[in-house]
Amino acid sequence: MLEKAGVPSGQQVAAVKPSKERLARGPVAIVECFQKIPCDPCYTACKRGGFLPFEDINDLPRMDFEKCNGCGICIGACPGLAIFIVDETYSEDEALVMIPWEFLPVPAEGSTVQGLNREGEAISEVKVKKVRSAGKNNNTYILTLIVPKEFAHDIRSIDN
Amino acid sequence: MDKTEILIIGSGPAGLKASLSAAGQGAEVTLVERDPFLGGQLVKQTHMFFGSKEHYASERGYKIAENLSREVKEHPGIRVLCDTTALGYYEDGIVSLESGGRFTVIKPQALIIATGAQENTLMFPNCDLPGIYGAGAVQTLMNVHGILPGKRVAMIGAGNIGVIVSYQLLQAGVEVPAIIEAQPRIGAYHVHASRVRRMGIPIYTSHTVLTAHGRESLEKVTISQIGPDWQPVAGTEKELAVDVLCISVGLTPLTELLFQAGCSMAYIPELGGHISVRSDTLETTVPNIFVCGDVGGIEEASSAMVEGSIAGLSAALNLGFGVDSYAGKLAAARRELDDLRRGPVGEKIRSGLERLSSFREVAQ
Repeated sequence: MLEKAGVPSGQQVAAVKPSKERLARGPVAIVECFQKIPCDPCYTACKRGGFLPFEDINDLPRMDFEKCNGCGICIGACPGLAIFIVDETYSEDEALVMIPWEFLPVPAEGSTVQGLNREGEAISEVKVKKVRSAGKNNNTYILTLIVPKEFAHDIRSIDN
Repeated sequence: MDKTEILIIGSGPAGLKASLSAAGQGAEVTLVERDPFLGGQLVKQTHMFFGSKEHYASERGYKIAENLSREVKEHPGIRVLCDTTALGYYEDGIVSLESGGRFTVIKPQALIIATGAQENTLMFPNCDLPGIYGAGAVQTLMNVHGILPGKRVAMIGAGNIGVIVSYQLLQAGVEVPAIIEAQPRIGAYHVHASRVRRMGIPIYTSHTVLTAHGRESLEKVTISQIGPDWQPVAGTEKELAVDVLCISVGLTPLTELLFQAGCSMAYIPELGGHISVRSDTLETTVPNIFVCGDVGGIEEASSAMVEGSIAGLSAALNLGFGVDSYAGKLAAARRELDDLRRGPVGEKIRSGLERLSSFREVAQ
């Protein structure tokens, strides 16, 4: 599926998902990077040791979820735009999902937009909670979305 | 006659790095660039680069071009000649140049050829209709001149360039109804494919364009599935109404100067076509002529930069510069290159280079 259509399989997605217990404790990064390519800025961007050291630059990133506090600095460092933060503790039935965003217009905070899954299908309305720049020399934005909890692991983009 | 110690032709990632590393060793460098600005294809790359810190990972291509160009222009040992095309190489080691309609010649002691590559094209009925572009042309229109190529663009080719240009089209507000790829698998890094897919662009692998339609210019294309025999599967035809078809089906090294100079060449399909046989330090079979970047085999910009460093250091060493620091710097660059090529996505490059090295023994 990934190499034919660009959509990772359920199995691949499940393999990089933090444990239920870790998700219940607050925001955490989920790295949807499934192909060995020569790339390691996620590891060098995280100052908390959230990423295990790369033995080879072609390794897949591996996380220490206990050290990750979901700050999101890795989102803007990832050239593949493959890192997302999920916070399942936001409210009873909503979660926060942080996504990288490189399109205009940048949605306004407080606006309601369509949340898209990995296939680009609109699956639920989401609210844009926060919009921030990924850094002074980085033109990527990081959007924090309020999504229905059941879609926290499906919504990975919004309709521009 | 104009003279220089090291002449570098082409100021893409390889040529820029070659200039800096050769001048860094103390050699006097002349850098020739056909365009009015330095940077080659880097100037059109708005996405963040892969690699590690040494290869400017997480920086965007055009930013890397800005930074390296500034360094090159400020370096007292580098003379920059923009708007200047290298026309030919003569037996006595003279290179002819054209600039603003004026013909000049220059004699370098060493020559580094970093001319890059040109796009491959695709033949199908009506492939000459206005509105059918190479991906490089679309990038030049959009990212250099700020001109939209059209309103609805279908992309042929799901390699890194095809997928990333589709993403850039989307960023520019253009609709991309499909990316069409003849191979059964996406050639681009999967993270690139996923980012266009979650924006709603479908990728059709095992598909090809059958024909283009239009009176004055492109109005639609017919695409179809292709079977394991690479023939169109009857009954799977689909029509896409588009005003632009963008073709991204690979690159071929720009090797004319290498052929002219009499460098031994080998045909290595994995590296994009004819490639010059060369040593580990990127010296061709003609002493003091070096290659680096895509002209030496189609690869990523990150490896082109490292190759540029190797060629620059080695050309300078041949002229007696940087003897003391050479071994350490070369070893560091070789390590970086090996790192970039070691993984599964480097397999094609590795097998191409291995085949090329068998020609090396024949040439010697």
